[in-house]
Amino acid sequence: MKMTGSQILCESLIKEGVDVIFGILGGSILPLYDTLTEYPQLRHVLVRHEQAAAHAAEGYARVTGKPGVCFATSGPGATNLVTGIANAFLDSTPVIAVTGQVATPFIGKDAFQEIDITGITLPITKHNYLVSDAASVAQTVKEAFYVARSGRPGPILIDIPKDIQVNPVEFDYSAKLVMPGYKPTVNGHPTQLKKAAKLIAEAQRPVIIAGHGVIISEAYEELKELAEKAQIPVISTLLGISSFPGSHILSYGWLGMHGMAYSNKAIDACDLVIAIGMRFDDRATGKVSGFAPRAKVIHIDIDPAEIGKNVKVDVPIVGDVRNVLRSMNKYIETMQHEEWMAELEELRAKHPLSVPDCSDKILPQYVIHKICQATDGKATVVTGVGQHQMWTAQYYTFNRHNGLLTSGGLGTMGFELPASVGAAVGRPDEDIWCIAGDGSFQMTMQELGTIAQENLNIKIAIMNNGYLGMVRQWQEMFYGKRYMATPLGGPNFVKLAEAYCIPALDVKRREDVEPAIQKAKDHEGCFLLNFIVEPEENVYPMVPPGASLAEVMETPRKEVLTWPRKSTL
Amino acid sequence: MATQKHTIVALVLDKPGVFNRISSLFRRRGFNMESIAVGHSELPNISRVTIVVDGSTVQVEQVRKQLEKNIDVVKVTDITLRDTIIRELALIKVHANSTTRSEIIQIVDIFRAKIVDVSGDSLTVEVTGDTPKVDTLYKLLKVFGIKEIARTGCIAMTRGDNASI
Ligand SMILES: Cc1ncc(C[n+]2csc(CCOP(=O)(O)OP(=O)(O)O)c2C)c(N)n1
Ligand SMILES: [Mg+2]
Repeated sequence: MKMTGSQILCESLIKEGVDVIFGILGGSILPLYDTLTEYPQLRHVLVRHEQAAAHAAEGYARVTGKPGVCFATSGPGATNLVTGIANAFLDSTPVIAVTGQVATPFIGKDAFQEIDITGITLPITKHNYLVSDAASVAQTVKEAFYVARSGRPGPILIDIPKDIQVNPVEFDYSAKLVMPGYKPTVNGHPTQLKKAAKLIAEAQRPVIIAGHGVIISEAYEELKELAEKAQIPVISTLLGISSFPGSHILSYGWLGMHGMAYSNKAIDACDLVIAIGMRFDDRATGKVSGFAPRAKVIHIDIDPAEIGKNVKVDVPIVGDVRNVLRSMNKYIETMQHEEWMAELEELRAKHPLSVPDCSDKILPQYVIHKICQATDGKATVVTGVGQHQMWTAQYYTFNRHNGLLTSGGLGTMGFELPASVGAAVGRPDEDIWCIAGDGSFQMTMQELGTIAQENLNIKIAIMNNGYLGMVRQWQEMFYGKRYMATPLGGPNFVKLAEAYCIPALDVKRREDVEPAIQKAKDHEGCFLLNFIVEPEENVYPMVPPGASLAEVMETPRKEVLTWPRKSTL
Repeated sequence: MATQKHTIVALVLDKPGVFNRISSLFRRRGFNMESIAVGHSELPNISRVTIVVDGSTVQVEQVRKQLEKNIDVVKVTDITLRDTIIRELALIKVHANSTTRSEIIQIVDIFRAKIVDVSGDSLTVEVTGDTPKVDTLYKLLKVFGIKEIARTGCIAMTRGDNASI
């Protein structure tokens, strides 16, 4: 049967299991939107800015494990997607961005709203396509989904000229994909697996570093089996948080610039690093030459280009984390590392996460701790970028898998609200908490409109410190406390929320924190809490830029307050 | 780290944008490309690219892996350490008059190069060889005054029965 390019696109999306699209329309994508009226099974969520469409698609993809889809028109619609696509690229998220393009005869003529979006997104997509005829739409979509979700996942952009959206051709989705240039390695090489098992058997002081790859391949059970069988502590990367239960006895924090001091010190002291689905980002490793100086390194990753890129590796294993761990675990013997574990417990006791004791003020760490308690560590937590992001990673103990959505590689302020939109659509029956910075929030707060229109159940907690806090902290520490352009005004957030018919509360006193959280939690639907927090609180621990993990600085103040950690399973 | 010239051979799908992808990768990752030459391969719809890149072994291995990650790139091999034939072609237009012409022709003969065009005050020389040979001829002709030079960049193939890649 003959179908238009738009119909073929919709049919193909359905075949790929798509049920929701985030987007905004415009001239060059109008035919496609018109066709959407024939496909009620494709829910369309209208966002307020295309950046948000891409972040929402990413949020959706990260909570469901399915590619997220966003639509935008040509020109400014397409360029607005760029930040969101880049974010998905750096955090290896499968996102399919479909853009309208001016009609084929106008391409290359600088027509109205013509922009070379495949050129622009070339370095920030796993692959992209400018569709040249309606007959190739089906094949392109099929290939795009396959590429987006296989191997190391990533965003794909498909640019479809307006005339191709309306041209009728035969629809056929049965053609096999022929991709001689794309064959991801999914199984670890047996020799390498045995070599790794041998190193693990020989190690006295091993640590596991669990990265985003564990979450992407859903290797939770396999990771747990390895850790428990060989009694190896699990340190995660920022994006690896929630790949392993936070209150498990073997859970040993996360590493890097604002990771736990004890985690960083453990990396320094260990004799074997088993790096699983992570890429040795500079924020994670600190000074590379000082990274795990006493350790051999086993590196498991699906992307061969990550191996040896930043850190020298003794045993590389290319493959899907889950497959690799499954096969490797067969060679792992039951072990105990009593001395090492005792040493680590001592390290943890000596270098706990701690905050100054100022019981009269609201510390952001305290708020996050209370949100964690109120949700039993089981909410899906989405953050912006800045201090509040680091405090969330530190003080929210994740007791569910894949619970944290944060912008790791790109560090995109404004990620939190739109990504929460995607998360809420993908996990409609679960608690979604959006931990926002007052700065980050103001970058994409127009999405309150989307939340209101779609009636999404998102609890928003703004950590309002009146500053672009993370940058202010750097100015305080490294630029003589000259606060250039970091003091930040804001609207009356409560009134702003109310303007969107979203109930909201200001929280100014410590004793109001818990009741406010409870109130938001009990409310059915979106609720916004504006926490007026200690303005000049700093994030510690901190590995100063250029220093190695061992040189981690801890809270410089004496009086400290720590919160007890559950050490049950 | 010691850097060295490496010769990389790649088979890529003959699709629009492939070269854009390759050159963008070199620029973005700061890899130093000396030359690139492209042409058809023995396979339909697949082009063969030869790239000469300057870098340490570790860097060049990164180049190779990053190139290979590209979906339109079928295969990439670093053939630097293998027994290879490497050739490039250059056209050199050199100033020549009645007094210098014979001297130039002598030099060209020694290099087994060819004169492919003659006019009032110039000779155009065609030379094939490895890069040092072309460089040396260029240096020798320079004293006469070079009007123009065009080089293809290197193409390469391993010796013996096996395919390079
Ligand atoms: C889009 C974007 N612009 C600028 C930055 C640089 N930056 C990093 S953190 C930060 C401050 C964030 O402020 P806020 O959201 O209030 O969070 P806080 O650090 O105060 O918790 C800035 C400006 C960034 N990461 N992203
Ligand atoms: Mg702030």
